[in-house]
Amino acid sequence: MKDWRYWLAEQRGTLLAFGIFIVMFTIYTSNHPAGFTANVVQTASNKGVLLAFVAMAQTLVVITAGIDLSVGMIFLLTNCLASWLVIGTGIETAFGVVAVLGTGLLCGAINGAIVIYGRLQPIVTTIATGAVYFGIALLLRPFPGGSVNEDLADALTGRLFGVVPASLVALLAVVLVVWMPFSRSVLGRAAYAAGSSEMAAYMSGVPIRRGKFAAYALAGLLAAIGGLFLTFFTYTGEAAYASGNAYTLFSIAAVVLGGVSLFGGKGSAIGAIFGALAFRTIGDLLFVFDFDPLWQPLFQGVILLIAVSLGAFALFRVRNRLEWFL
Amino acid sequence: MDGAIPLFRMEGISKRYGGVRALEKAELSVTPGSIHAILGENGAGKSTLIKVMAGVVAPDEGRMMLDGSEVTFSSPAAANQAGIVCIFQELSLVPELSVSDNIVISDPPKRFGMIDRKAQRRIAEEALARAGAADIHPLALVKDLPLSRRQMVEIAKALARKPRILILDEATSALTAADVAKIFGVLKRLRSEGLALLYISHRMNEIAELADQCTVFRNGRNVASYAAGSKSDNEVVELMIGREYSHIFPPKPVRAPATAAPVLEARKLSWTDRLDNISLTVGAGEVVGLGGLDGQGQRELLLAFFGVLRGLSGQILIDGKPVAIASPAKARRDRIGMALIPEDRKTEGLMLPMTVRENLSFATLDRLSRAGIIDRAAEQRLIDDMVALLAIKTAGLDIPVGALSGGNQQKVVIAKWLMRQPRIILLNDPTRGIDVGTKQELYQLMRKLADQGAAILFYSTDYDELIGCCDRVLVLYDGAVKRELVGAEITERALIASALNIHGEEMPARGMAKGMAKTPARGADA
Repeated sequence: MKDWRYWLAEQRGTLLAFGIFIVMFTIYTSNHPAGFTANVVQTASNKGVLLAFVAMAQTLVVITAGIDLSVGMIFLLTNCLASWLVIGTGIETAFGVVAVLGTGLLCGAINGAIVIYGRLQPIVTTIATGAVYFGIALLLRPFPGGSVNEDLADALTGRLFGVVPASLVALLAVVLVVWMPFSRSVLGRAAYAAGSSEMAAYMSGVPIRRGKFAAYALAGLLAAIGGLFLTFFTYTGEAAYASGNAYTLFSIAAVVLGGVSLFGGKGSAIGAIFGALAFRTIGDLLFVFDFDPLWQPLFQGVILLIAVSLGAFALFRVRNRLEWFL
Repeated sequence: MDGAIPLFRMEGISKRYGGVRALEKAELSVTPGSIHAILGENGAGKSTLIKVMAGVVAPDEGRMMLDGSEVTFSSPAAANQAGIVCIFQELSLVPELSVSDNIVISDPPKRFGMIDRKAQRRIAEEALARAGAADIHPLALVKDLPLSRRQMVEIAKALARKPRILILDEATSALTAADVAKIFGVLKRLRSEGLALLYISHRMNEIAELADQCTVFRNGRNVASYAAGSKSDNEVVELMIGREYSHIFPPKPVRAPATAAPVLEARKLSWTDRLDNISLTVGAGEVVGLGGLDGQGQRELLLAFFGVLRGLSGQILIDGKPVAIASPAKARRDRIGMALIPEDRKTEGLMLPMTVRENLSFATLDRLSRAGIIDRAAEQRLIDDMVALLAIKTAGLDIPVGALSGGNQQKVVIAKWLMRQPRIILLNDPTRGIDVGTKQELYQLMRKLADQGAAILFYSTDYDELIGCCDRVLVLYDGAVKRELVGAEITERALIASALNIHGEEMPARGMAKGMAKTPARGADA
């Protein structure tokens, strides 16, 4: 039996992202003034987890050979909404969390409905819906402000048993509750199949539409979980346009670093999570090496460009040049 | 066939695509425990027939009966549900998923709402074993498998759906001989298990070995059904002949065999498994046809000449000198002077939303411009010439080309290339889906260009056109030139027989007797 080799081949992208992350994080902590301490890990985890959620969201859509340029804006919108609703007694807070997550799910579902039933291109659709979601976020929070249930926020951003970052545990829980069931369900497989070869999937009687719809809707939900955590970290809501755009862009970088193919049909959210953590760490390397923070956006841009370029290598193997344009 | 109760019956099935009728009151009965072969030349309606059966295409009229009660299929899934499973020519496997994922894709086993991977693995292993392909690992990704293995997975996938009727459409075309033998064993076992099998193939020897019953299609109708083995190959070809002649062709020139060096020559061209050691020549003033059943490498051959394929082995010579053509842009340069009229004008020939004017001058912009600026007056002159030459009917030069009729769109594609005055013209099935009047104009034009000295290589799926237009025809089979027909040898019978790769003695002698070079004005007398 050489099952493990097939498993290894399937997980190659994820393992590679994991490797990059470990190397980068080792460099980061060994050069950090404070070193490898629970505090450093907690801060890094809290920053990384935000992008990890958004990258998971992006993964779901990219698997269907689409792209979601509204994830950053759903992230902002749910942050602003959470800064109004996730407050008060236990019951009120719980209701707020449900409302915030439901809003994310709805945003994703709207994207999916337009792309699938309206047959519009994902890129155009999500630019437009993203603009709408940002507009709503701005109305909710014209100025930064609001508040959040601080007990809940501190519990989810602190440490368990003094060492384990709670946000990391939350991320793991989301993987187990959202990603694992999806990737092993018929709908998840339909999303992969549609991304890899929609025609073959159709000819095989696969529920393509439902699979893609589920992917878009769950992407909205995951972005909302990210928005919720942003609120827990900052205690406020803010409709910061630049920040929303940056998260969208970084989510694409994380997805590619995580071994998810932008052509669809290949990759996993686990890979994207490590891609996100690695991307964050690479960005923060500049700080531990005392570079001017002004360089960070340029540096991150270059990493993104390199990452997406790696995805184009397959084109060198094409023997019929007409396939370049398919 | 009498006596046995048909499991499935199609009655009076018709289907039109635009003005083209693909099926005309077709009938078919399928009995359990038998292998039924479907024969017919290009465009006879075979593919449409099975697409109707498999729920891919809805018929315009007619009805289908399964177990004696009428059924309609709204989708491939609905047909699967009824037990009709089709293995299509174009593979229906999802490349990024594993073999086992693909085998159960239509109806994966579930446990607690999720896919049960253990059960999936078991089903896949069973199906692969049943298909005689136990050597394929269920966890391998489909995209990593060679084509012949993929086809075995396709068969295993069909078997996993527990079909009552299994349709194989050219399912052995990519298989190695060893695989074919295995598959034949599997198919015979399935027959003994009571399945009904429909087998579409152009390989007569396969049909002879497998089939119990044969049905021949022609012009969208079933013209004959007979027990396998009761007719000779020659009689079968006879049944397939008889396309209605509706076109009028310009007379072919009476010429001595070409003495001048060929303008275009190929020596031992091979490319992946699609082109196999092809050598040919096309002289100035010659129209050389490419025949054979659809998909035998004709398109790839034209693309190879036009610089689209990478990793080509062999030589291409222009005017007797070897050249390396690395892209269409290089192929069209003056030294080579090549033009390709592509098969799909909507994607490869035209920019539909752009205007007629823009589309016409695309291929000539380099000649019409000085320092990157287009010389509008020169462009206009050339365009006027072309519109007049080809009689393009358009409400204006500044309307989107997509608004023109199919025939006029095709004229635009051709005019665009003629503006460069190419010396070598490659045509890839250029008359597909255009009206009869335009077709005739194109035949006239082709002959006129040849008379002016162009070398023309013309692929057509319509045998009638090859007979009417070509000085010579090369018949391709499995990527190789199987036969060259010259002058009066080019008959429908010869084209069909060689397209099916039936060899030797049963060839009619009529064409040969008249002599090969001194061709009569009308090439075909069939």
